[in-house]
Amino acid sequence: MFFTKLKRVIRAGFMSFWRNGWVSLASILVVVITLFTIGSLVFFKGGLDALVAQLKDKVDITVYFKPEAQEQDIMTIKTAVSKLSETKDVAYVDREQALESFKERNKNNALLMQSLDELGENPLGASLNIKAKEISQYESIANFLNSHMNSGASDYIDKINYFENKRVIERLSVLTDSAQRFGVIISLVLAGVAILVTFNTIRLTIYSSREEIEVMRLVGASNKFASGPFIVEGVMYGVVSAIITMIMFFPVTMWLGALTENFLSGMNVYNYYIQNFGQIFVILLIIGVLICSVSSFIAIRRYLRV
Amino acid sequence: MIYFNQVFKIYSADSVALKDINLTIESKEFVSLVGRSGAGKSTLLKILLAEEAPSKGEVFFESVNIHYMPRRKLPFLRRKIGMVFQDFRLLSGKTVFENIAFAMEASGRSTKDIEENIPYVLDLVGLTDKSHRFPHELSGGEGQRVAIARAIINRPDVVVADEPTGNLDPENTREIIRILEKINELGTTIILATHNKGVIDSLGKRVVTLEDGKIIRDDKKGKYTL
Ligand SMILES: Nc1ncnc2c1ncn2[C@@H]1O[C@H](COP(=O)(O)OP(=O)(O)O)[C@@H](O)[C@H]1O
Ligand SMILES: [Mg+2]
Repeated sequence: MFFTKLKRVIRAGFMSFWRNGWVSLASILVVVITLFTIGSLVFFKGGLDALVAQLKDKVDITVYFKPEAQEQDIMTIKTAVSKLSETKDVAYVDREQALESFKERNKNNALLMQSLDELGENPLGASLNIKAKEISQYESIANFLNSHMNSGASDYIDKINYFENKRVIERLSVLTDSAQRFGVIISLVLAGVAILVTFNTIRLTIYSSREEIEVMRLVGASNKFASGPFIVEGVMYGVVSAIITMIMFFPVTMWLGALTENFLSGMNVYNYYIQNFGQIFVILLIIGVLICSVSSFIAIRRYLRV
Repeated sequence: MIYFNQVFKIYSADSVALKDINLTIESKEFVSLVGRSGAGKSTLLKILLAEEAPSKGEVFFESVNIHYMPRRKLPFLRRKIGMVFQDFRLLSGKTVFENIAFAMEASGRSTKDIEENIPYVLDLVGLTDKSHRFPHELSGGEGQRVAIARAIINRPDVVVADEPTGNLDPENTREIIRILEKINELGTTIILATHNKGVIDSLGKRVVTLEDGKIIRDDKKGKYTL
Protein backbone atom coordinates (compact mmCIF):
# COMPACT_ATOMS: atom_id res chain seq x y z
CA MET A 1 0.00 0.00 0.00
CA PHE A 2 2.73 2.43 0.99
CA PHE A 3 4.75 1.59 -2.10
CA THR A 4 1.73 1.77 -4.38
CA LYS A 5 1.03 5.26 -3.08
CA LEU A 6 4.69 6.26 -3.32
CA LYS A 7 4.76 5.05 -6.90
CA ARG A 8 1.60 7.03 -7.70
CA VAL A 9 2.97 10.18 -6.08
CA ILE A 10 6.24 9.92 -8.02
CA ARG A 11 4.44 9.25 -11.26
CA ALA A 12 2.10 12.19 -10.70
CA GLY A 13 5.12 14.40 -9.98
CA PHE A 14 6.86 13.36 -13.20
CA MET A 15 3.70 13.83 -15.20
CA SER A 16 3.04 17.28 -13.83
CA PHE A 17 6.67 18.23 -14.42
CA TRP A 18 6.39 17.16 -18.01
CA ARG A 19 2.94 18.55 -18.79
CA ASN A 20 3.61 21.93 -17.23
CA GLY A 21 6.63 22.26 -19.46
CA TRP A 22 6.82 26.04 -19.47
CA VAL A 23 6.38 26.42 -15.76
CA SER A 24 9.01 23.74 -15.17
CA LEU A 25 11.35 25.43 -17.62
CA ALA A 26 10.97 28.81 -15.94
CA SER A 27 11.59 27.36 -12.50
CA ILE A 28 14.59 25.42 -13.73
CA LEU A 29 16.01 28.58 -15.26
CA VAL A 30 15.90 30.32 -11.90
CA VAL A 31 17.37 27.32 -10.09
CA VAL A 32 20.14 27.08 -12.71
CA ILE A 33 21.03 30.73 -12.08
CA THR A 34 21.14 30.01 -8.37
CA LEU A 35 23.31 26.95 -8.77
CA PHE A 36 25.50 28.75 -11.27
CA THR A 37 26.05 31.51 -8.72
CA ILE A 38 26.88 29.01 -6.01
CA GLY A 39 29.15 27.03 -8.33
CA SER A 40 30.96 30.20 -9.37
CA LEU A 41 31.53 30.94 -5.71
CA VAL A 42 33.18 27.55 -5.34
CA PHE A 43 35.52 28.43 -8.21
CA PHE A 44 36.06 31.89 -6.81
CA LYS A 45 37.07 30.37 -3.50
CA GLY A 46 39.38 27.93 -5.26
CA GLY A 47 40.99 30.79 -7.17
CA LEU A 48 41.30 32.97 -4.11
CA ASP A 49 42.90 30.18 -2.12
CA ALA A 50 45.37 29.56 -4.92
CA LEU A 51 46.15 33.27 -5.13
CA VAL A 52 46.69 33.55 -1.40
CA ALA A 53 48.82 30.42 -1.35
CA GLN A 54 50.86 31.80 -4.19
CA LEU A 55 51.41 35.13 -2.42
CA LYS A 56 52.28 33.39 0.81
CA ASP A 57 54.75 31.26 -1.06
CA LYS A 58 56.55 34.36 -2.29
CA VAL A 59 57.24 35.51 1.24
CA ASP A 60 60.34 34.20 2.97
CA ILE A 61 63.28 35.22 5.10
CA THR A 62 66.73 34.92 3.63
CA VAL A 63 69.79 34.88 5.84
CA TYR A 64 72.85 35.92 3.82
CA PHE A 65 76.18 34.68 5.09
CA LYS A 66 79.52 36.31 4.52
CA PRO A 67 81.64 34.53 1.91
CA GLU A 68 84.12 33.48 4.56
CA ALA A 69 81.46 31.84 6.79
CA GLN A 70 82.16 28.23 7.74
CA GLU A 71 79.70 25.64 6.51
CA GLN A 72 79.60 24.26 10.05
CA ASP A 73 78.30 27.56 11.44
CA ILE A 74 75.69 27.77 8.73
CA MET A 75 74.52 24.25 9.52
CA THR A 76 74.23 25.12 13.21
CA ILE A 77 71.90 27.99 12.34
CA LYS A 78 69.96 25.83 9.90
CA THR A 79 69.40 23.12 12.51
CA ALA A 80 68.35 25.65 15.12
CA VAL A 81 65.86 27.34 12.79
CA SER A 82 64.46 24.01 11.56
CA LYS A 83 63.60 23.13 15.14
CA LEU A 84 61.36 26.19 15.55
CA SER A 85 57.68 25.28 15.53
CA GLU A 86 56.94 28.20 13.18
CA THR A 87 59.29 26.95 10.48
CA LYS A 88 57.87 25.10 7.53
CA ASP A 89 60.97 24.70 5.45
CA VAL A 90 64.63 25.76 5.37
CA ALA A 91 66.56 25.61 2.11
CA TYR A 92 70.34 25.88 2.07
CA VAL A 93 71.86 27.61 -0.94
CA ASP A 94 75.64 27.15 -0.98
CA ARG A 95 78.12 29.56 -2.56
CA GLU A 96 78.32 27.62 -5.82
CA GLN A 97 74.57 27.60 -6.27
CA ALA A 98 74.39 31.26 -5.39
CA LEU A 99 76.91 32.00 -8.11
CA GLU A 100 75.09 29.82 -10.62
CA SER A 101 71.78 31.53 -10.10
CA PHE A 102 73.44 34.94 -10.09
CA LYS A 103 74.97 34.16 -13.47
CA GLU A 104 71.73 32.83 -14.75
CA ARG A 105 69.87 35.94 -13.70
CA ASN A 106 72.42 38.29 -15.22
CA LYS A 107 73.50 36.41 -18.28
CA ASN A 108 72.45 39.28 -20.53
CA ASN A 109 74.50 41.80 -18.61
CA ALA A 110 77.85 41.52 -20.42
CA LEU A 111 79.58 44.10 -18.28
CA LEU A 112 78.69 42.36 -15.05
CA MET A 113 79.73 38.98 -16.44
CA GLN A 114 83.02 40.36 -17.55
CA SER A 115 83.87 41.88 -14.18
CA LEU A 116 82.86 38.66 -12.49
CA ASP A 117 85.31 36.77 -14.69
CA GLU A 118 88.04 39.29 -13.95
CA LEU A 119 87.46 38.89 -10.24
CA GLY A 120 88.43 35.25 -10.60
CA GLU A 121 86.84 34.08 -7.37
CA ASN A 122 83.28 33.68 -6.08
CA PRO A 123 82.29 36.90 -4.31
CA LEU A 124 78.94 35.53 -3.13
CA GLY A 125 78.13 34.06 0.21
CA ALA A 126 75.83 31.13 1.00
CA SER A 127 72.29 31.74 2.21
CA LEU A 128 69.44 30.08 4.07
CA ASN A 129 65.95 30.45 2.70
CA ILE A 130 63.38 30.08 5.44
CA LYS A 131 59.64 29.67 5.04
CA ALA A 132 57.20 29.96 7.91
CA LYS A 133 53.91 28.13 8.17
CA GLU A 134 51.98 31.38 8.46
CA ILE A 135 52.87 34.85 7.32
CA SER A 136 52.38 36.19 10.84
CA GLN A 137 55.12 33.89 12.13
CA TYR A 138 57.98 35.52 10.23
CA GLU A 139 58.35 38.09 12.92
CA SER A 140 59.24 35.58 15.61
CA ILE A 141 61.63 33.69 13.32
CA ALA A 142 63.32 36.97 12.51
CA ASN A 143 63.59 37.79 16.20
CA PHE A 144 65.14 34.41 16.86
CA LEU A 145 67.75 35.01 14.16
CA ASN A 146 68.36 38.50 15.43
CA SER A 147 69.18 37.21 18.89
CA HIS A 148 71.75 34.91 17.26
CA MET A 149 73.25 37.92 15.53
CA ASN A 150 73.61 39.67 18.82
CA SER A 151 75.35 36.72 20.44
CA GLY A 152 78.28 36.45 18.06
CA ALA A 153 76.77 35.18 14.85
CA SER A 154 77.25 38.59 13.30
CA ASP A 155 80.82 37.44 12.56
CA TYR A 156 79.58 35.31 9.72
CA ILE A 157 76.02 36.54 9.00
CA ASP A 158 75.98 39.34 6.52
CA LYS A 159 72.35 40.35 6.81
CA ILE A 160 68.79 39.14 7.32
CA ASN A 161 66.38 40.49 4.75
CA TYR A 162 63.26 40.34 6.90
CA PHE A 163 63.76 43.72 8.39
CA GLU A 164 63.87 45.28 4.96
CA ASN A 165 60.69 43.50 3.91
CA LYS A 166 58.89 43.75 7.22
CA ARG A 167 56.27 46.26 6.15
CA VAL A 168 55.46 44.48 2.91
CA ILE A 169 55.08 41.19 4.68
CA GLU A 170 52.79 42.63 7.32
CA ARG A 171 50.60 44.25 4.73
CA LEU A 172 50.38 41.07 2.75
CA SER A 173 49.30 39.24 5.85
CA VAL A 174 46.45 41.69 6.42
CA LEU A 175 45.51 41.63 2.74
CA THR A 176 45.21 37.86 2.42
CA ASP A 177 43.23 37.62 5.63
CA SER A 178 40.72 40.23 4.61
CA ALA A 179 40.46 38.90 1.05
CA GLN A 180 39.42 35.55 2.43
CA ARG A 181 37.01 37.04 4.94
CA PHE A 182 35.50 39.29 2.28
CA GLY A 183 35.16 36.30 -0.04
CA VAL A 184 33.19 34.38 2.56
CA ILE A 185 30.84 37.31 3.23
CA ILE A 186 30.21 37.98 -0.46
CA SER A 187 29.56 34.29 -1.02
CA LEU A 188 27.07 34.08 1.81
CA VAL A 189 25.19 37.17 0.64
CA LEU A 190 25.03 36.08 -2.99
CA ALA A 191 24.03 32.54 -2.11
CA GLY A 192 21.37 33.90 0.25
CA VAL A 193 19.86 36.13 -2.42
CA ALA A 194 19.88 33.32 -4.96
CA ILE A 195 18.16 30.97 -2.55
CA LEU A 196 15.49 33.54 -1.72
CA VAL A 197 14.74 34.10 -5.39
CA THR A 198 14.40 30.36 -5.94
CA PHE A 199 12.16 29.99 -2.93
CA ASN A 200 9.88 32.72 -4.23
CA THR A 201 9.71 31.26 -7.71
CA ILE A 202 8.67 27.88 -6.40
CA ARG A 203 6.22 29.48 -4.04
CA LEU A 204 4.58 31.19 -7.02
CA THR A 205 4.24 27.98 -9.02
CA ILE A 206 2.62 26.31 -6.05
CA TYR A 207 0.44 29.35 -5.40
CA SER A 208 -0.95 28.91 -8.90
CA SER A 209 -1.91 25.34 -7.96
CA ARG A 210 -3.52 26.19 -4.64
CA GLU A 211 -7.07 25.57 -5.86
CA GLU A 212 -6.13 22.19 -7.22
CA ILE A 213 -4.56 21.25 -3.92
CA GLU A 214 -7.81 22.20 -2.24
CA VAL A 215 -9.79 20.07 -4.69
CA MET A 216 -7.50 17.12 -4.06
CA ARG A 217 -8.17 17.44 -0.35
CA LEU A 218 -11.93 17.66 -0.96
CA VAL A 219 -12.05 14.51 -3.06
CA GLY A 220 -10.42 12.60 -0.24
CA ALA A 221 -6.66 12.86 -0.70
CA SER A 222 -4.54 12.91 2.42
CA ASN A 223 -2.14 15.80 2.89
CA LYS A 224 0.79 13.63 1.91
CA PHE A 225 -0.89 12.32 -1.20
CA ALA A 226 -1.93 15.79 -2.34
CA SER A 227 1.41 17.46 -1.68
CA GLY A 228 3.76 14.59 -2.54
CA PRO A 229 3.78 15.23 -6.32
CA PHE A 230 4.79 18.85 -5.74
CA ILE A 231 7.75 17.76 -3.64
CA VAL A 232 8.70 15.23 -6.33
CA GLU A 233 8.51 18.04 -8.88
CA GLY A 234 10.75 20.18 -6.66
CA VAL A 235 13.31 17.39 -6.46
CA MET A 236 13.22 17.11 -10.25
CA TYR A 237 13.82 20.85 -10.65
CA GLY A 238 16.87 20.43 -8.43
CA VAL A 239 18.28 17.43 -10.27
CA VAL A 240 17.72 18.79 -13.77
CA SER A 241 19.11 22.19 -12.81
CA ALA A 242 22.24 20.67 -11.29
CA ILE A 243 22.88 18.72 -14.50
CA ILE A 244 22.32 21.77 -16.71
CA THR A 245 24.57 23.90 -14.53
CA MET A 246 27.37 21.33 -14.68
CA ILE A 247 27.12 21.25 -18.47
CA MET A 248 27.21 25.05 -18.62
CA PHE A 249 30.41 25.14 -16.60
CA PHE A 250 32.29 23.25 -19.34
CA PRO A 251 32.50 26.09 -21.87
CA VAL A 252 32.61 28.76 -19.18
CA THR A 253 35.57 27.32 -17.32
CA MET A 254 37.32 26.41 -20.55
CA TRP A 255 37.09 30.03 -21.61
CA LEU A 256 38.15 31.32 -18.19
CA GLY A 257 40.87 28.71 -17.85
CA ALA A 258 43.45 30.44 -20.05
CA LEU A 259 42.63 33.78 -18.46
CA THR A 260 43.14 32.62 -14.90
CA GLU A 261 46.24 30.66 -15.74
CA ASN A 262 47.94 33.88 -16.79
CA PHE A 263 47.73 35.59 -13.45
CA LEU A 264 47.36 32.60 -11.16
CA SER A 265 50.24 30.31 -11.86
CA GLY A 266 49.24 26.76 -11.15
CA MET A 267 45.49 27.46 -11.07
CA ASN A 268 43.53 26.74 -14.20
CA VAL A 269 39.77 26.93 -13.53
CA TYR A 270 39.07 24.37 -16.21
CA ASN A 271 41.48 21.85 -14.71
CA TYR A 272 40.12 22.63 -11.28
CA TYR A 273 36.60 21.94 -12.60
CA ILE A 274 37.59 18.67 -14.24
CA GLN A 275 39.53 17.47 -11.23
CA ASN A 276 36.73 18.29 -8.80
CA PHE A 277 33.88 17.40 -11.15
CA GLY A 278 32.33 14.75 -8.92
CA GLN A 279 32.56 16.84 -5.82
CA ILE A 280 31.12 19.98 -7.42
CA PHE A 281 28.29 17.98 -8.97
CA VAL A 282 27.35 16.42 -5.65
CA ILE A 283 27.43 19.82 -3.93
CA LEU A 284 25.20 21.42 -6.57
CA LEU A 285 22.88 18.41 -6.63
CA ILE A 286 22.39 18.45 -2.89
CA ILE A 287 21.92 22.22 -2.75
CA GLY A 288 19.54 22.20 -5.73
CA VAL A 289 17.39 19.35 -4.45
CA LEU A 290 17.33 20.74 -0.93
CA ILE A 291 16.38 24.28 -1.94
CA CYS A 292 13.64 23.12 -4.29
CA SER A 293 12.09 20.42 -2.18
CA VAL A 294 12.21 22.43 1.02
CA SER A 295 10.73 25.46 -0.79
CA SER A 296 7.94 23.27 -2.17
CA PHE A 297 7.33 21.82 1.24
CA ILE A 298 7.13 25.19 2.97
CA ALA A 299 5.01 26.72 0.21
CA ILE A 300 2.49 23.92 0.09
CA ARG A 301 1.86 23.71 3.80
CA ARG A 302 -0.26 26.86 3.60
CA TYR A 303 -2.72 25.27 1.20
CA LEU A 304 -3.32 22.09 3.11
CA ARG A 305 -5.57 23.57 5.76
CA VAL A 306 -8.84 22.56 4.05
CA MET B 1 -27.81 9.26 8.08
CA ILE B 2 -26.88 12.90 8.39
CA TYR B 3 -27.93 15.01 11.32
CA PHE B 4 -27.47 18.74 11.88
CA ASN B 5 -28.17 19.74 15.48
CA GLN B 6 -28.64 23.46 16.26
CA VAL B 7 -25.89 24.49 13.86
CA PHE B 8 -24.81 28.13 13.57
CA LYS B 9 -22.22 29.54 11.24
CA ILE B 10 -21.03 33.03 12.03
CA TYR B 11 -18.35 34.22 9.62
CA SER B 12 -18.32 37.62 11.30
CA ALA B 13 -20.70 39.82 13.28
CA ASP B 14 -22.39 41.09 10.10
CA SER B 15 -22.20 37.81 8.21
CA VAL B 16 -24.19 35.10 9.92
CA ALA B 17 -24.63 32.40 7.29
CA LEU B 18 -26.56 29.74 9.26
CA LYS B 19 -28.90 30.15 12.20
CA ASP B 20 -30.09 27.22 14.28
CA ILE B 21 -30.13 24.57 11.57
CA ASN B 22 -31.82 21.31 12.55
CA LEU B 23 -31.95 18.83 9.74
CA THR B 24 -32.06 15.07 9.40
CA ILE B 25 -31.36 13.35 6.09
CA GLU B 26 -32.04 9.66 5.87
CA SER B 27 -30.04 7.17 3.91
CA LYS B 28 -30.97 6.93 0.18
CA GLU B 29 -32.96 10.17 0.28
CA PHE B 30 -32.89 12.75 -2.53
CA VAL B 31 -32.98 16.17 -0.87
CA SER B 32 -33.01 19.50 -2.67
CA LEU B 33 -31.74 22.55 -0.83
CA VAL B 34 -33.21 25.73 -2.25
CA GLY B 35 -32.98 29.40 -1.48
CA ARG B 36 -31.78 32.68 -2.91
CA SER B 37 -28.18 33.39 -3.46
CA GLY B 38 -26.60 34.09 -0.07
CA ALA B 39 -29.20 32.04 1.84
CA GLY B 40 -26.51 29.72 3.22
CA LYS B 41 -26.74 26.64 0.99
CA SER B 42 -23.03 26.41 0.21
CA THR B 43 -22.10 27.04 3.82
CA LEU B 44 -24.31 24.18 4.96
CA LEU B 45 -22.66 21.82 2.48
CA LYS B 46 -19.14 23.02 3.36
CA ILE B 47 -19.83 22.23 6.98
CA LEU B 48 -20.95 18.75 6.00
CA LEU B 49 -17.63 18.23 4.20
CA ALA B 50 -15.69 19.75 7.10
CA GLU B 51 -14.39 22.43 4.76
CA GLU B 52 -15.73 24.90 7.31
CA ALA B 53 -16.31 24.33 11.01
CA PRO B 54 -19.66 25.30 12.61
CA SER B 55 -19.54 28.17 15.08
CA LYS B 56 -21.99 26.35 17.28
CA GLY B 57 -23.84 23.04 17.21
CA GLU B 58 -22.84 19.65 15.90
CA VAL B 59 -23.04 17.61 12.72
CA PHE B 60 -23.22 13.85 12.70
CA PHE B 61 -22.47 11.58 9.81
CA GLU B 62 -23.45 8.00 10.64
CA SER B 63 -23.24 8.73 14.38
CA VAL B 64 -19.78 10.31 14.07
CA ASN B 65 -19.50 13.93 15.11
CA ILE B 66 -17.46 15.07 12.16
CA HIS B 67 -16.08 18.21 13.74
CA TYR B 68 -14.55 16.20 16.55
CA MET B 69 -12.67 14.07 14.07
CA PRO B 70 -8.89 14.41 13.99
CA ARG B 71 -7.77 16.12 10.79
CA ARG B 72 -5.91 13.13 9.49
CA LYS B 73 -9.20 11.18 9.47
CA LEU B 74 -10.89 13.76 7.22
CA PRO B 75 -9.92 12.01 3.97
CA PHE B 76 -11.89 8.97 5.12
CA LEU B 77 -15.01 11.08 5.67
CA ARG B 78 -14.57 12.73 2.27
CA ARG B 79 -14.30 9.40 0.51
CA LYS B 80 -17.78 8.61 1.84
CA ILE B 81 -19.16 11.90 0.54
CA GLY B 82 -18.76 12.63 -3.15
CA MET B 83 -18.74 16.34 -3.92
CA VAL B 84 -19.84 18.09 -7.13
CA PHE B 85 -19.29 21.85 -7.52
CA GLN B 86 -20.86 24.49 -9.71
CA ASP B 87 -17.47 25.19 -11.35
CA PHE B 88 -16.64 21.46 -11.73
CA ARG B 89 -13.18 21.84 -10.13
CA LEU B 90 -11.45 19.25 -12.24
CA LEU B 91 -7.67 18.95 -12.03
CA SER B 92 -6.62 20.82 -15.15
CA GLY B 93 -3.35 18.95 -15.68
CA LYS B 94 -5.01 15.54 -15.71
CA THR B 95 -7.11 13.80 -18.33
CA VAL B 96 -10.70 12.69 -17.74
CA PHE B 97 -9.48 9.22 -16.88
CA GLU B 98 -6.79 10.54 -14.53
CA ASN B 99 -9.18 12.92 -12.80
CA ILE B 100 -11.44 10.05 -11.89
CA ALA B 101 -8.51 7.78 -11.11
CA PHE B 102 -7.11 10.39 -8.75
CA ALA B 103 -9.98 9.96 -6.29
CA MET B 104 -9.43 6.20 -6.36
CA GLU B 105 -5.66 6.41 -6.06
CA ALA B 106 -6.04 8.79 -3.14
CA SER B 107 -8.15 6.25 -1.31
CA GLY B 108 -5.66 3.50 -2.02
CA ARG B 109 -7.63 1.38 -4.47
CA SER B 110 -5.60 -1.08 -6.50
CA THR B 111 -4.58 -0.36 -10.06
CA LYS B 112 -6.61 -3.32 -11.27
CA ASP B 113 -9.65 -2.03 -9.41
CA ILE B 114 -9.15 1.39 -11.00
CA GLU B 115 -8.89 0.02 -14.51
CA GLU B 116 -12.02 -2.07 -14.07
CA ASN B 117 -14.20 0.59 -12.46
CA ILE B 118 -13.53 3.68 -14.51
CA PRO B 119 -15.00 2.35 -17.78
CA TYR B 120 -18.13 1.52 -15.84
CA VAL B 121 -18.68 5.06 -14.48
CA LEU B 122 -17.60 6.63 -17.76
CA ASP B 123 -20.37 4.63 -19.36
CA LEU B 124 -22.82 5.71 -16.66
CA VAL B 125 -22.15 9.41 -17.40
CA GLY B 126 -21.82 8.80 -21.15
CA LEU B 127 -18.18 9.80 -21.64
CA THR B 128 -16.58 6.55 -22.70
CA ASP B 129 -15.04 8.07 -25.82
CA LYS B 130 -13.63 11.16 -24.05
CA SER B 131 -11.50 9.48 -21.42
CA HIS B 132 -8.20 10.89 -22.72
CA ARG B 133 -9.33 14.48 -23.09
CA PHE B 134 -8.11 17.22 -20.82
CA PRO B 135 -10.71 19.34 -18.97
CA HIS B 136 -10.19 22.34 -21.26
CA GLU B 137 -11.13 20.13 -24.20
CA LEU B 138 -14.58 19.40 -22.77
CA SER B 139 -17.90 21.23 -22.96
CA GLY B 140 -19.49 22.42 -19.73
CA GLY B 141 -21.93 19.54 -19.58
CA GLU B 142 -19.15 17.04 -20.17
CA GLY B 143 -16.96 18.63 -17.52
CA GLN B 144 -19.73 18.34 -14.96
CA ARG B 145 -20.32 14.72 -15.89
CA VAL B 146 -16.64 14.00 -15.27
CA ALA B 147 -17.00 15.66 -11.88
CA ILE B 148 -19.97 13.43 -11.11
CA ALA B 149 -18.04 10.36 -12.20
CA ARG B 150 -15.23 11.38 -9.86
CA ALA B 151 -17.72 11.95 -7.04
CA ILE B 152 -19.28 8.49 -7.31
CA ILE B 153 -16.22 6.41 -8.18
CA ASN B 154 -15.47 5.48 -4.57
CA ARG B 155 -19.09 4.38 -4.07
CA PRO B 156 -19.83 7.09 -1.51
CA ASP B 157 -22.85 6.92 0.74
CA VAL B 158 -23.75 10.49 -0.14
CA VAL B 159 -23.28 12.72 -3.18
CA VAL B 160 -23.39 16.43 -2.44
CA ALA B 161 -23.94 18.71 -5.44
CA ASP B 162 -23.67 22.48 -4.98
CA GLU B 163 -25.52 24.15 -7.87
CA PRO B 164 -24.16 21.58 -10.33
CA THR B 165 -26.25 23.00 -13.15
CA GLY B 166 -25.58 26.67 -12.43
CA ASN B 167 -23.23 27.01 -15.39
CA LEU B 168 -25.15 24.77 -17.80
CA ASP B 169 -27.78 25.20 -20.48
CA PRO B 170 -31.25 23.57 -20.02
CA GLU B 171 -30.40 20.48 -21.99
CA ASN B 172 -27.22 19.74 -20.04
CA THR B 173 -29.08 20.59 -16.85
CA ARG B 174 -31.67 17.91 -17.58
CA GLU B 175 -28.91 15.44 -18.38
CA ILE B 176 -27.06 16.10 -15.10
CA ILE B 177 -30.26 15.81 -13.06
CA ARG B 178 -31.10 12.56 -14.84
CA ILE B 179 -27.70 11.16 -13.90
CA LEU B 180 -28.15 12.23 -10.27
CA GLU B 181 -31.56 10.52 -10.18
CA LYS B 182 -30.03 7.37 -11.56
CA ILE B 183 -27.29 7.42 -8.93
CA ASN B 184 -29.99 7.86 -6.31
CA GLU B 185 -31.90 4.88 -7.67
CA LEU B 186 -28.72 2.82 -7.32
CA GLY B 187 -28.84 3.57 -3.58
CA THR B 188 -26.87 6.74 -2.94
CA THR B 189 -28.13 9.67 -0.87
CA ILE B 190 -28.20 12.89 -2.90
CA ILE B 191 -28.11 16.43 -1.52
CA LEU B 192 -28.65 18.96 -4.28
CA ALA B 193 -28.35 22.70 -3.70
CA THR B 194 -29.97 24.73 -6.46
CA HIS B 195 -32.15 27.71 -7.22
CA ASN B 196 -33.36 26.32 -10.51
CA LYS B 197 -37.17 26.19 -10.30
CA GLY B 198 -37.60 23.86 -13.26
CA VAL B 199 -35.27 21.31 -11.76
CA ILE B 200 -37.05 21.25 -8.41
CA ASP B 201 -40.51 21.01 -9.90
CA SER B 202 -39.61 18.16 -12.19
CA LEU B 203 -37.99 16.14 -9.40
CA GLY B 204 -40.94 15.84 -7.06
CA LYS B 205 -38.69 14.95 -4.14
CA ARG B 206 -38.06 16.44 -0.69
CA VAL B 207 -37.30 20.19 -0.71
CA VAL B 208 -35.69 22.10 2.14
CA THR B 209 -35.93 25.86 1.77
CA LEU B 210 -33.39 28.23 3.33
CA GLU B 211 -33.79 31.94 3.84
CA ASP B 212 -31.27 34.17 5.57
CA GLY B 213 -29.59 31.18 7.08
CA LYS B 214 -32.74 29.64 8.51
CA ILE B 215 -34.79 26.67 7.34
CA ILE B 216 -38.22 28.10 6.57
CA ARG B 217 -39.82 25.10 4.92
CA ASP B 218 -39.25 21.35 4.62
CA ASP B 219 -41.68 19.56 2.24
CA LYS B 220 -41.74 15.85 1.56
CA LYS B 221 -42.77 16.28 -2.08
CA GLY B 222 -41.95 19.87 -2.64
CA LYS B 223 -42.28 22.49 -5.30
CA TYR B 224 -40.07 25.53 -5.62
CA THR B 225 -41.76 28.32 -3.68
CA LEU B 226 -40.13 31.45 -2.36
N1 LIG C 1 -15.83 32.90 3.77
C1 LIG C 1 -16.83 33.75 4.08
N2 LIG C 1 -16.58 34.81 4.88
C2 LIG C 1 -17.56 35.66 5.21
N3 LIG C 1 -18.82 35.53 4.81
C3 LIG C 1 -19.13 34.49 4.01
C4 LIG C 1 -18.15 33.55 3.60
N4 LIG C 1 -18.74 32.62 2.82
C5 LIG C 1 -20.04 32.98 2.73
N5 LIG C 1 -20.28 34.09 3.45
C6 LIG C 1 -21.58 34.75 3.62
O1 LIG C 1 -22.47 33.81 4.16
C7 LIG C 1 -23.73 33.94 3.56
C8 LIG C 1 -24.17 32.60 2.95
O2 LIG C 1 -23.35 32.32 1.85
P1 LIG C 1 -23.45 30.97 1.01
O3 LIG C 1 -23.49 29.85 1.96
O4 LIG C 1 -22.37 30.96 0.00
O5 LIG C 1 -24.86 31.16 0.32
P2 LIG C 1 -25.47 30.41 -0.96
O6 LIG C 1 -24.61 29.26 -1.30
O7 LIG C 1 -26.84 30.02 -0.54
O8 LIG C 1 -25.53 31.43 -2.05
C9 LIG C 1 -23.63 35.05 2.54
O9 LIG C 1 -24.15 36.23 3.14
C10 LIG C 1 -22.18 35.18 2.30
O10 LIG C 1 -21.84 36.51 2.02
MG1 LIG D 1 -23.59 28.82 -3.10
